[in-house]
Amino acid sequence: MKYQTVIGLEVHLQLNTKTKAFCGCSTDFGKAPNSNVCPVCLGFPGALPVYNHQALNSAIKLALAFGCQIQEHTKFDRKNYFYPDLPKNYQISQFDLPLSRNGYLDIYSQDKPKRIGITRVHLEEDAGKLIHETGVSLVDFNRTGIPLLEIVSEPDLFSPQEAFDYLTSLKSIIEYLDVSDCDMEKGSLRCDANISLRLEGAKELGVKTELKNMNSFKGVKDALTFEVERQTLLLEANQKLVQETRLWDVEKGVTVAMRTKEGAKDYRYFPDPDLTVFIIDASIISQIKAQLPELPPEKMRRFVKEYGLTEYDAKILVSSKNDAEFSESCIRDYPGKDKKELVNWLIGPLLSEANFRKIKLHELNLNKNELISLIGFVERQDISHLSAKSVLSQLLDTGKSARDLIEEGNLKQISNAEALLEVMETVIQENAKSVSDFKAGKTNALMYLVGQVMKKSSGKANPKVVGELIRRRLTDA
Amino acid sequence: MSIDKETIKHVAHLARIELQPNELDKLSGELDEILGFIDKLKYLNLEQVKPASHILPINNVLREDEPHVSLTSEKALENAPSKQGNFFSVPKIIE
Repeated sequence: MKYQTVIGLEVHLQLNTKTKAFCGCSTDFGKAPNSNVCPVCLGFPGALPVYNHQALNSAIKLALAFGCQIQEHTKFDRKNYFYPDLPKNYQISQFDLPLSRNGYLDIYSQDKPKRIGITRVHLEEDAGKLIHETGVSLVDFNRTGIPLLEIVSEPDLFSPQEAFDYLTSLKSIIEYLDVSDCDMEKGSLRCDANISLRLEGAKELGVKTELKNMNSFKGVKDALTFEVERQTLLLEANQKLVQETRLWDVEKGVTVAMRTKEGAKDYRYFPDPDLTVFIIDASIISQIKAQLPELPPEKMRRFVKEYGLTEYDAKILVSSKNDAEFSESCIRDYPGKDKKELVNWLIGPLLSEANFRKIKLHELNLNKNELISLIGFVERQDISHLSAKSVLSQLLDTGKSARDLIEEGNLKQISNAEALLEVMETVIQENAKSVSDFKAGKTNALMYLVGQVMKKSSGKANPKVVGELIRRRLTDA
Repeated sequence: MSIDKETIKHVAHLARIELQPNELDKLSGELDEILGFIDKLKYLNLEQVKPASHILPINNVLREDEPHVSLTSEKALENAPSKQGNFFSVPKIIE
């Protein structure tokens, strides 16, 4: 039997405001335990919460970026439960009148576009941090009350890879909006997943499990992949699945059932009387809409249209805002209408250099004019592509000019046939086997001979010229 | 609507309140009365009344994103029944 995987994701996002959601305590990460706290976030009796204006603006901005309908009338509710990381014994959240609903996110998965529905984006607050030691749990309330958004997707994701691609696109857009650090390791972006399997073609959803405790996008994908296998095995053995919460164990690479609390969850939501309602009218919305930057999908389409890039190349360049801006300034300054060569350099050698140095493209110590000048040398066949890559590396290390580095390294390519003839003859003498292979019709042998000439000329020979020379020499003979 | 003892016990558990048997009886009577009073809404004509989630006719009360001075951790922990270093400490909640 064939099963279809159905996944929905719930993302919790810390907003990057200076202060907490309902009080003026700082949101700085890594401060001494229980030093960013006050009567409001510690839940002292009589303390009154007041919502952060910046948090509301950021939330509306994000909801608009995902095409959500902003609710004209929105309010906060109390979600009641007891846990030591929750000093008030309720979390301020939103229940029946969330900030926004019915949005979407366009993703590319396996090179195909797909629209994923976003059910709702609502406002809430973070809980404290627990550290478990022998016999006791320690509580740090610094994180308590940091503004969170909960972003709930529709069950539109049909594979762990799609879930991964959804998260990547989501993160990319949030970075463009500059409303969160999106750092899963620091906990500013967290993700839970609901996953169920159903028979191919079935309409009803199967029994779902909720997965928690993943601390990277890859963790989400791995946990989901494990869960697809586990559920498939159970279903094929005709065993009943139970609805449960399972925790991802990254060390063992398995999900483990969480001990269930007795009875269904009963949060007794009710409107928080300490906070007033919010009326978000058209003027507020249009004011925030005007602040929205050009987002990755639009930027990608514009790069394709304006600069003739392929969708594939454009998609790579727009995934980070700063990299996209850096790339566009290079593209603008690059002479001529055909930008392909430059783009190849950006997403090829330059991106590998950045990855190697564990930084982003735009953080490379690079003057774009030097990059353009370097590509010019290659285009005019003054230096080989191989030498140019090493010049690029030196450019980044030393900050010298491409011209100086090429001269210092004596890297000018030898395209002059006469200068190459002697080397070529030696190579032909030394490699009788390859010569006869080539004559027997093995074209690969030519590549090998060219490689030998390149080696003997310390990479300075122009491979195109060498190839042509050897071919003529061997076919004429 | 009438409230049975099981419901009272359930609600008491959710609120982490321990009730004596005599309190159970007393409370189920009192809650019955309160709910009976709220039930009066059913007999009123409310067609013209908009649903409200707050008793005050004010909205959009917000604060600017400016930091205030927080408590020191000594002060924050002053009344803690149990602490360890700068942390509040509680009985271990997972094994």
